[in-house]
Amino acid sequence: MARAVSTRRKIGFTILGWTVGFLIFFPVLWTVLTSFKTELQAISIPPRFVFFDWTLENYFAIHERSNYFRFALNSVYLAFGSTLVGLLFAVPAAWAMAFSPTPRTKDVLLWMLSTKMLPAVGVLVPITLIFRDFNLLDTRVGLIGVLFLINLPIMVWMLYTYFKEIPGEILEAARMDGATLAKEITQVLAPMAVPGIASTVLLSVILAWNEAFWTLNLTTTNAAPLSAFIASFSSPQGNFYAKLSAASTMAIAPILIIGWFSQKQLVRGLTFGAVK
Amino acid sequence: MATTQTKSAARLMMAPSVIALLIWMIVPLSLTLYFSTLNYNLFNPGDTPFIGLTNYRFFLSDPAFFTALRNTLALVLGVLVITVGGGILLALLLDQAFYGVNIVRLLVIAPFFVMPTVAALVWKNMMMNPVYGVIGQFLNFIGLGAIDWFSTAPLTAVIIIVAWQWLPFSTLILLTALQSLSEDQKEAAEMDGAGVLSIFWYITLPHMARAITVVILIQTIFLLSIFAEIYVTTSGGPGLQTTNIPYLVYSQALLQFDVGGASAGGIVAVILANIVAFFLIRLIGKNLDA
Repeated sequence: MARAVSTRRKIGFTILGWTVGFLIFFPVLWTVLTSFKTELQAISIPPRFVFFDWTLENYFAIHERSNYFRFALNSVYLAFGSTLVGLLFAVPAAWAMAFSPTPRTKDVLLWMLSTKMLPAVGVLVPITLIFRDFNLLDTRVGLIGVLFLINLPIMVWMLYTYFKEIPGEILEAARMDGATLAKEITQVLAPMAVPGIASTVLLSVILAWNEAFWTLNLTTTNAAPLSAFIASFSSPQGNFYAKLSAASTMAIAPILIIGWFSQKQLVRGLTFGAVK
Repeated sequence: MATTQTKSAARLMMAPSVIALLIWMIVPLSLTLYFSTLNYNLFNPGDTPFIGLTNYRFFLSDPAFFTALRNTLALVLGVLVITVGGGILLALLLDQAFYGVNIVRLLVIAPFFVMPTVAALVWKNMMMNPVYGVIGQFLNFIGLGAIDWFSTAPLTAVIIIVAWQWLPFSTLILLTALQSLSEDQKEAAEMDGAGVLSIFWYITLPHMARAITVVILIQTIFLLSIFAEIYVTTSGGPGLQTTNIPYLVYSQALLQFDVGGASAGGIVAVILANIVAFFLIRLIGKNLDA
């Protein structure tokens, strides 16, 4: 951006940019605004944008349906549980591929990615039947297993691209200086690996939190996370706009904030490093 | 570096992931293949005779399959046209320097983080509802009259919802690609008297070509299996108007309990996705310097 930009041009783009940004963001904004209205004001014609009696009653109402917390807790368990298991599997694998590559490493990586292409409906029937036979339907353990497996390839890829950027010479230099294995890991490798692991965790949590196909099909109540809870609002008796908005706001707020923080890493994670 | 010892250590470290994914791929897929050759209905689970390819014949000759296939393709193509076209324009806009560009960037990528079930419900009830929806009230206000999206144009409504969710993805990827384009090249072209349009056509667009391909392939993989948005808004209806292949398989398996037929449909879905994946893997594989 070395070129001088005329002020007029800049103001023009500012107006255009903010208008477009506002339009795209509008459904989210409208949901958040509606969550603070009374049910009556939520459906008032013409719609009220800011001038209404702000209230928290919908949030209290959602909390009173005491099970909301269970759904939220399930979301936390599933998103973080599957991510944690994923890390235990993916970190060693990515580490090995990045630091002791063999001629077959590339094939293994591509094969892992190919499992991600397996459409969920293709295996819906057997997974449902296996879950039924092993009493895993509507359990957190079962769902963590599935979510971990569908995100594992992405985690391996993302960690691999990060680990590859750690220069191997640093490790050798540390060894020459007589560093013990423990020191090597805690003082040399960890500081360089942690940012990559952190971005991978963020992406995995986002994907698992928002996952809907498996949560809708394999859970009913006990293990159902927020994505399934929200879906239950589509039944006629649940169509209270303000309450729906409050529940939606609470369901998307944490992930929206995490997502905003990790937007840069997201590109690498989602395109498997193909776009830089 | 790579002694025999480190090699076997590396193998040991990779083993859990490789074995887990191998099981995840082979077990359910071979079961699906097996079920697809049985006359297997959960109403009558004791008796599941082998019937060869009959399930495939029924699934592929079912008019519902063609409707679902057409809907799947319309959904994928419709969303791709909107997100790639819109993504290019948005990326160009966000690449400009203006006041608050970083905040606008956050606003634009926000829909990607909204979970599909929430996105579907918010659009269905608060945007597209003909009476209370904001779009309907706006159309009434300017005198065009509200549209009852889900009864008059259900597939278009689903396409709009899905496109809204995926527009941030293509914008983000294309913007990243755009930012790696050197200013010098554009400046040189400008000096040589190239106009804005020809700079876009001969320099910017070719530079983004690779990213556009990646966006199309990755999105296609995800769009082929759209489910939650349809489940929440229309349940595939009215009639079969918004039933795509994943929803058709789901309804055969879990609503009609026809395991055999649903499995055959699942295999068809796998084959469709693999055709797309073939090109994707080749593209990304080329980029991999392992």
